[in-house]
Amino acid sequence: MNRYEAIETIINCLTDEFVIACNGFISRELFNIKDRPQNFYMLGSMGLASSIGLGISSVKTDKKVIILSGDGNMLMSFGTFVTIGKISPRNLVQIVLDNECHESTGGQETSSSIVDFTKIAKSTNFKQSKFVDNLSTLQKVFTFLLKEEGPSFLHVKINKGTKDLPRISIEPPEILNRFMETLHLNQ
Amino acid sequence: MNYKSFCNLLKESGFDFFTGVPCSILGKSILFLSRNKEFQYIPATTESEAIGLASGAYMAGRRPVVLMQNSGLGVSINALTSLVLLYKIPLFLVITWRGYGGNDAPEHLLMGKWMLDFLKVMNIPVMILSKDSNKNQIVNFAKKQKNQGITTALILKKGVIE
Repeated sequence: MNRYEAIETIINCLTDEFVIACNGFISRELFNIKDRPQNFYMLGSMGLASSIGLGISSVKTDKKVIILSGDGNMLMSFGTFVTIGKISPRNLVQIVLDNECHESTGGQETSSSIVDFTKIAKSTNFKQSKFVDNLSTLQKVFTFLLKEEGPSFLHVKINKGTKDLPRISIEPPEILNRFMETLHLNQ
Repeated sequence: MNYKSFCNLLKESGFDFFTGVPCSILGKSILFLSRNKEFQYIPATTESEAIGLASGAYMAGRRPVVLMQNSGLGVSINALTSLVLLYKIPLFLVITWRGYGGNDAPEHLLMGKWMLDFLKVMNIPVMILSKDSNKNQIVNFAKKQKNQGITTALILKKGVIE
């Protein structure tokens, strides 16, 4: 499974859930697969997808928040596993799309091949922690996690490889405004 | 100013989400924030994580405060330039001024010397609290931050909050 297929499968399981997509190809592919106001595309601030998602889910406890990180983003903010575990929001799902490299900058390898992310999540107080490496299991397990009490963690092993896709064409303040407007609907 | 008065003043000014990484200058304040649940203080592992948390809390409708030592400003610069300033997220930063006047442990001297310059080039308005500052100055600075919808920094020297 490649990242594009994995993101497509994940987004097709969603209805009105909120998604924080990390910088790089993950945001860009999500934007091209299915742009929606519930998507927050992080353009810079590498490593902060998890903390942004935690900040939202700790306040908006009735909204489901899905964090889409790459292995590079997750390794950069390893400490946030601990902060999520401490706050323990029931409505947070942290996904790591792990291709063992920084694909957005040309495929330089990360050190994620030695990391068992699911063990890290378990030891930092995540309520659910799963690993998948194919599309049908991804759909099944992610659908299960959406219904379960979190915080939940999902490690998705993917292949390297990307498509030539256009960049995100929405200005950052507009990405924020439409995300916030949707988040604050029906209060 | 007493640390309890300082924390309560932040609350009365409308701030309702607190996160950060401690500094001895803010030691009692952060202990007080974290022991009193009404402040909802979240201890962050890094200052940039604190900025991410506060940005998320803002999106969710809160008015967040991020407390840190000026060493943490160095850690936060990318989070400020490529998240907070890029997306126009209004945060209230409380930054302690270690290395003020060149009189501190060696690791604080360069950041102490350049901190205000870093904030200035990022266009982040500052207010430096001194022992003579009164409550109204903090209240007005917080009002300005809210009305203009921008990120600002309140700078604390050693001994101002006790």
